Amino acid sequence: MSPLLRVEGVSRYFGGVAAVNKVSFELAPGEIVGLIGPNGAGKTTLVNLVTGVLRPSAGRVWFEGADVTAQRPWQASRRGLARTFQIVQPFPQMTVLENVAAGALFGGGAASRPEAEDVAMEFLEFVGLAPLAERSAMSLTLPSRKRLELAKSLAMRPKVLLLDEVNAGLNSAEIGAAIELIRQIAARGVTIMLIEHLMKVVFSLCDRLLVLHHGELIAQGDPRAVASDPAVVKAYLGSKYAAQEQQVGAGPVDAADPVDTPSGGGHD
Amino acid sequence: MKSSISSVRRPRRQGLVWFVPLAIALALVPLFFNNYYAQQATFVCMYAALALSWNVIGGFTGYPSFSTAAFVGLGAYAGAILQNAGMPMMLAWVAATAVTALFAAVLGYAILRMKGHYFAIGSIAIVESMRLLASSWSSLTGGGEGLNLPIFPGGPDHAGRVFFYAMFVVMIVAAMMSLWLDRSRLGFGLRCVQQNEDAADMVGVNVNASKIAAFVLSALFCGTTGAISASWVSYISPPDAFSILMTLKVPVMALLGGAGTVLGPVLGALVFVLVEQTLMSRFLDYSQAMLGVIIVFLIFFLPGGLLGAGLFERLSGRLARLRRASA
Repeated sequence: MSPLLRVEGVSRYFGGVAAVNKVSFELAPGEIVGLIGPNGAGKTTLVNLVTGVLRPSAGRVWFEGADVTAQRPWQASRRGLARTFQIVQPFPQMTVLENVAAGALFGGGAASRPEAEDVAMEFLEFVGLAPLAERSAMSLTLPSRKRLELAKSLAMRPKVLLLDEVNAGLNSAEIGAAIELIRQIAARGVTIMLIEHLMKVVFSLCDRLLVLHHGELIAQGDPRAVASDPAVVKAYLGSKYAAQEQQVGAGPVDAADPVDTPSGGGHD
Repeated sequence: MKSSISSVRRPRRQGLVWFVPLAIALALVPLFFNNYYAQQATFVCMYAALALSWNVIGGFTGYPSFSTAAFVGLGAYAGAILQNAGMPMMLAWVAATAVTALFAAVLGYAILRMKGHYFAIGSIAIVESMRLLASSWSSLTGGGEGLNLPIFPGGPDHAGRVFFYAMFVVMIVAAMMSLWLDRSRLGFGLRCVQQNEDAADMVGVNVNASKIAAFVLSALFCGTTGAISASWVSYISPPDAFSILMTLKVPVMALLGGAGTVLGPVLGALVFVLVEQTLMSRFLDYSQAMLGVIIVFLIFFLPGGLLGAGLFERLSGRLARLRRASA
């Protein structure tokens, strides 16, 4: 099948620093792909490059066969490339319903505001926020705001959804619910790429993993294989630990019992 | 499903309840009162139209514009020059509106990239630049001497009535524009921009095009108003047309009525003009100082404006606190 999204040798420099360096990958329709890497690896920058928030210094982005490298964010969302923010971005003084209706009207191509509100209500029910539809967005708790962010991006009727740490700051019960929700979104035929630090989430959801370190793609493929890749272990836990693991001859992650890796680990 | 959703929608404070009677009352003023009152009513309509216009960019979109006088002045000069070139008065008003809108589109493209204080300063600099241009380009604008326009025939009472109804129509059209904008796709997009510009971009609002559209809508009726007042006064000069005082007064009126409310700016303009006139007629020397004190008080105690949300709640909260403090 031809890829839905194709990223081809994309780089972005800030001054002399390459935040993202010659990264190439593809997303096939219907996939759930995890993007992992230590803090500062360039994950969010990569999402920003794909959605038009930042312009790549080099390389191309293709979406449904069209070159979209120079697109603006509003064009990306109208094309079907939606994203959520790591730090939630609601319209604080609007109601929850209005927030989601904005996504349906502008990104999702709803014909009118009443129609947009119908679509919005549908997705609020889907994420379980329907009872709070008339509350102002700023009155919501963090887990609810994350759900709002999801409903907003779903109302844009995306083909590809980029989820930037939707689980950060949630407790384990909330994370369980969020995983279930992401699975349901995928079941609707949305291709998903999620940035995630929690291995529990990554292993239970992703078909494939991409690992970013210092802006470079150091590994990609099957989640279990990637997790025991020496280069990945080194990136997360440092070269000394990786050498030890090599000698013992076992990967750091027990395949039978995926554990939460240190989410803040960014040391070499 | 549709009906269940619309039934839980919050009723918007559109204010048609008081706007319609107010408009009818204003329309009757020149029929029952003398020319002085007709003139005051004309000022109310003029400032209401200007405050409604400012509300599009300053209230809906959240960009603190001080360009009002630039648009009014441009409209005045465009109208005056065209009328002196032989264009019929009404046609000159329409043409001045079009010129102003075009100018706002080009200007907006340039200065709407700035935000917050930078935008405010940029927009006020436009007024000064326009004033300097008008005083320097003598061959077209008459320079510092200004321009005379043909005096409207039929005597002052008749002229007063004609210009009142012209301003009245502009105010009504500006109010209709506000009502339309509040329900339109563009208006919704502007409110998104006002709340969070990056998030608006991300949900698919074409932010730049929306902001330019808002700037043009905020300039349109300023141009018309400027052209009408030029014909009314029959003389314009650079400091009158591009008046810094006006560029500050109009946002204050909109804030007084409630920025971002649909028709609040009309109420703000009415109250402001009445208070200003009352003070001027009683205390000529100190009227501006007193007006300043009143504005400061209003901003402290009515930050959301007369129609702003939560006024009564805040007042009752204040009373409760006072009672608790004294108990």
